[in-house]
Amino acid sequence: MSVRNTAYRGNMLWIAAMIHRVSGVLLALFLPFHFLVLGLALEGEAALDGFLIWTENPLVKFAEMGLVFLLTIHLLGGLRVLVIENLPWREDHKTLATLTTSIAAVVAFVFLTRVL
Amino acid sequence: MSNTAKHLSVSVWRGFADGHYQTFEVPRQDNQTVLDVVTWIQRNTEPSLAYRFACRVGVCGSCAMTVNGRPRWTCRTHISKVVDQDGKLELAPLANLPPIKDLVADMRPFFDKWEKAEGKFHPSKTRVDPMATISPETTKRQAADKAIECINCGVCYAACDSVRWNPAYLGPAALNRAWTLANDERDAGGPQRLKAVSANGGCHSCHSHQSCEQHCPIGLNPTESIAGLKRLTVDAYIRGELS
Repeated sequence: MSVRNTAYRGNMLWIAAMIHRVSGVLLALFLPFHFLVLGLALEGEAALDGFLIWTENPLVKFAEMGLVFLLTIHLLGGLRVLVIENLPWREDHKTLATLTTSIAAVVAFVFLTRVL
Repeated sequence: MSNTAKHLSVSVWRGFADGHYQTFEVPRQDNQTVLDVVTWIQRNTEPSLAYRFACRVGVCGSCAMTVNGRPRWTCRTHISKVVDQDGKLELAPLANLPPIKDLVADMRPFFDKWEKAEGKFHPSKTRVDPMATISPETTKRQAADKAIECINCGVCYAACDSVRWNPAYLGPAALNRAWTLANDERDAGGPQRLKAVSANGGCHSCHSHQSCEQHCPIGLNPTESIAGLKRLTVDAYIRGELS
């Protein structure tokens, strides 16, 4: 049996930090696939075009929306950490965390409306 | 009281790191702290129960434990804050410290890191010098004052994932102390302190989760202090003072 002592996790700022971290890991996992797709160009125009046509699938567009969300929230989360560590202390970090998530969600939604 | 259970069902960690939870029935009262509950168990049911306390009024910082999974001062935690109508309560020793027995954690690593962070005053004058005059209005004194009230209870240390994931990390309390001294105009230990807090496990190991700020029982903000140390050490590094 182990001691249960992790309930301190889960407050908004802890969740904001975890979202930043997990989004970074997911983007790192995505990156090799991105390079693989770019590498298709080396095999010829047809190979790359074939893949790009496949990405017109609405399901892929939804996945791309998730990617845009991850990119935006990771970027804004990084800026939030820079604000914490480099600027005079602010008392509105929960507001900043909420704004970060909201802006990322809006950007991802706008992206989806433009590509569908 | 009318809508709540008349007894508390209290699960208490017993033994050492490989111990277990033991459940006790404790009479519930209108005015009762978690420390009152632990004391009732020890005096009425289980005399061998080990726990630590001293002042009972939030001054000494010795009674911190894990209450329902999160670190708290037990003397200043009213039962109504942490127990629902079912009357269930779970107690364990502070996290991130070696358990000694039952509810007592070994605080030595915590205080060892306090020293490692150069959390001690290095006098710049002798007793024959005139007393230093420090204006409370200066930016540095206000920064020190904002962080000075820490009583070393270990709650922030137990709520820190950076400590949990990196045993070398000095932790929020030790770095907070270092920040107060870095802003003390009478202190002469600045250069060695900046080296200490910028070494492996120092302020740059903090991931700014802000759990310390969220859990400090007296509302201190170690994340802010650590951010200040990060800026000081980067400045010192650029000036070539950390080589």
